[in-house]
Amino acid sequence: MTNRRDVIKLGAGAGLVLGAGGLIKPRRAAAQSLNLKPEPGAKLRVLRWKRFVQGDEVNWLATTKKYADANNIEIRVDSENWEDVRPKAAVAAQVGSGPDIIIGTNDDPQKFPSKLVDVSDVAEYLGAKYGGWYDVCKRYGQRDGKWIALPMGAAGACLVHRKSHIQKAGFEEIPKDTANFLKLCQALHKNGTPAGFALGHATGDGNTWCHWALWSHGGMVVNPKNEVVLDSPETVAALEYVKQLYATFVPGTLSWLDPSNNKAFLSGECSLTNNGISVYYAAKTSDAPAMQEMAKDIYHANFPVGPVGRPTEFNLMFQAFVFQYTKFPNAAKDYLRFMWEREQFVPWMEASIGYVSHPLKAYEDAPVWTADPKATPYRDSVKVMLDNGYSGTLGEASAAVISDFVVVDMFASVCAGSASPKEAAKAAAEKAKRIYKA
Amino acid sequence: MTVAAHGYAPAASDRWRRLALAFSDSRNLLGLVFMLPAAALLIVFLAYPLGLGLWLGFTDANLGSTGRFTGIANYLSLAGDPVYWLSVSNTILYTVIASAAKFFLGLWLALLLNQNVPFKAFVRAIVLLPWIVPTVLSAIAFWWIYDTQFSVITWALKGLGLIDGSIDFLGNGTNARISVIVANVWRGIPFVAISLLAGLQTIPGSLYEAATLDGASSYQRFRYITLPMLTPIIAVVMTFSVLFTFTDFQLIYVLTRGGPVNTTHLMATLAFQRAIPGGRLGEGAALASSMIPFLVAAVMFSYYGLQRRKWQQGTRD
Repeated sequence: MTNRRDVIKLGAGAGLVLGAGGLIKPRRAAAQSLNLKPEPGAKLRVLRWKRFVQGDEVNWLATTKKYADANNIEIRVDSENWEDVRPKAAVAAQVGSGPDIIIGTNDDPQKFPSKLVDVSDVAEYLGAKYGGWYDVCKRYGQRDGKWIALPMGAAGACLVHRKSHIQKAGFEEIPKDTANFLKLCQALHKNGTPAGFALGHATGDGNTWCHWALWSHGGMVVNPKNEVVLDSPETVAALEYVKQLYATFVPGTLSWLDPSNNKAFLSGECSLTNNGISVYYAAKTSDAPAMQEMAKDIYHANFPVGPVGRPTEFNLMFQAFVFQYTKFPNAAKDYLRFMWEREQFVPWMEASIGYVSHPLKAYEDAPVWTADPKATPYRDSVKVMLDNGYSGTLGEASAAVISDFVVVDMFASVCAGSASPKEAAKAAAEKAKRIYKA
Repeated sequence: MTVAAHGYAPAASDRWRRLALAFSDSRNLLGLVFMLPAAALLIVFLAYPLGLGLWLGFTDANLGSTGRFTGIANYLSLAGDPVYWLSVSNTILYTVIASAAKFFLGLWLALLLNQNVPFKAFVRAIVLLPWIVPTVLSAIAFWWIYDTQFSVITWALKGLGLIDGSIDFLGNGTNARISVIVANVWRGIPFVAISLLAGLQTIPGSLYEAATLDGASSYQRFRYITLPMLTPIIAVVMTFSVLFTFTDFQLIYVLTRGGPVNTTHLMATLAFQRAIPGGRLGEGAALASSMIPFLVAAVMFSYYGLQRRKWQQGTRD
């Protein structure tokens, strides 16, 4: 695992910066309306997920430095592989020591809500100012009516595809419904330009598309009362559908981890997969002419709608949360407020070329979604997604279902031929019951 | 008062001197004191975490809460969990096959290296490489070697015209198990080979000379000299080898994360998955603690099974 550490220290001329920085003044005024005054001499340590696109990190660190300088405080930002942030957050919660702020994933904060600072004031301020939070953000960020985390947005998963291959398969674009999507995959397979979706223990990509497949057919792990309802005809229908889909995949998807589909797509082995915008970004920014040529042919589309008749996407949500052990809660909250304000957030989204889809409705009009039309499908990732605990509540059990790959393994066992759809649904339901009963 | 004080001081000093002398003369007491730093380290870094882990296994602790004592509830729950039993059987299979392979291949390599080969030191250093390279790095190398699309093995076999399609090294349970065992064996052989080589070099050449004069065949020299003389080293080496293999984590974590469909999950990887990403510390701790009986059994077998002192001394057991 690689650590990236940046220490941002206050410059001696912070006062001058304050005076000279025209942008700083209005933001400080906004913060004062929240009564958030960073503690003098505050030192914050932030742990966040390591960037998928370079622009994200460069912009984030520069903006952080701007805030630190303007407020005469010190902020250190550590970045780690996103999957390693979760155990770090867990340990921090357990031992009561560690980074002041962690930007983690999915329902991390719902696992230790009592250890977190109430950030309702910041969330309500931002919501009121920027058109409100999308519904899924409230499910992720709130606990018992108060905000325990600030949703940062989601790494949208879209269907990354080679347009020329789709057209050669007889489709002008990615079909909007699951039935025709299967036909497309079959045609791609026939042409020797197959699709490929991760069925190994790929925490991000595997969970993303498998949950879409389950939900799009009306299946779900639990009902709103947190009762396990996975063993259902809808789940069996989803399994039968994916079994047909799997027959069209490039070989090896049962062993795919998160980076596998990126590698396969960029090498030309696979023409359709689910991913963030990073595949396109890698091709576009590559020095290799072949990659740049490929980038011109890469397009994105939203997942098709299944028999339930509405989008059922699942994306990797990022959330920032402040631990109660911090000595500088006001500085932490004000720093987050600053980073979430339009003046910082929208340029950051642009620098990330839309890797993270916004959590606040007003950012829909961010230029990043229209400057390059290829980014537009990612715009509504948060708007249309469901949370990983759907349709029950988020917490330890929903996190355990994801981390134990209950849904992914259910699909994988059918695709591998080790279980029939009915057997797989039953076995997965038993696993889920153990988790929800615990 | 002054006189009394003066009279008292030498008496006290004398008593301290006597105590110090008694202390320095007492081998037991002095030994205890010298052991204290090591004992403190063991207690803080070994006994305490082990005790805490065992305790957590009896609680419903999760991330952020210390949990309540729930007795053996976690163990009962695991007993009814098919994934747990799958991880147990995977771990036993992985340990038995990988350890046996490492032993035979390591012994064979040690015997070869014990011969007078050219560039002996250089060859021995090369043999150690897989052991020296950090596990994560070698695991990443294997990840590429086993990649369905980019495997160098697939590429070479295709180039030779021996196969048409791709080899799905990690995509089905049997292949994945074989693949991770091969990676573990590759990494573990040097430890066994070099340790056994050290043992081989302690065997006096005169024994072989005497046996040769008596007309012993090379098999008989191996069976009646090498093997008995090497047995104590084998006992130690295989004890460690079994322990390392049983508790392996990094190879699996990098190569498969326990997939596909949990067919390569070991107890260590499943314990981590349940405790940290899954947030169920109590269950993860119970799962990890349940490895202890297996480990103790493995150590007992290696230690008592292989370290047969009478046999080493040339008499029958």
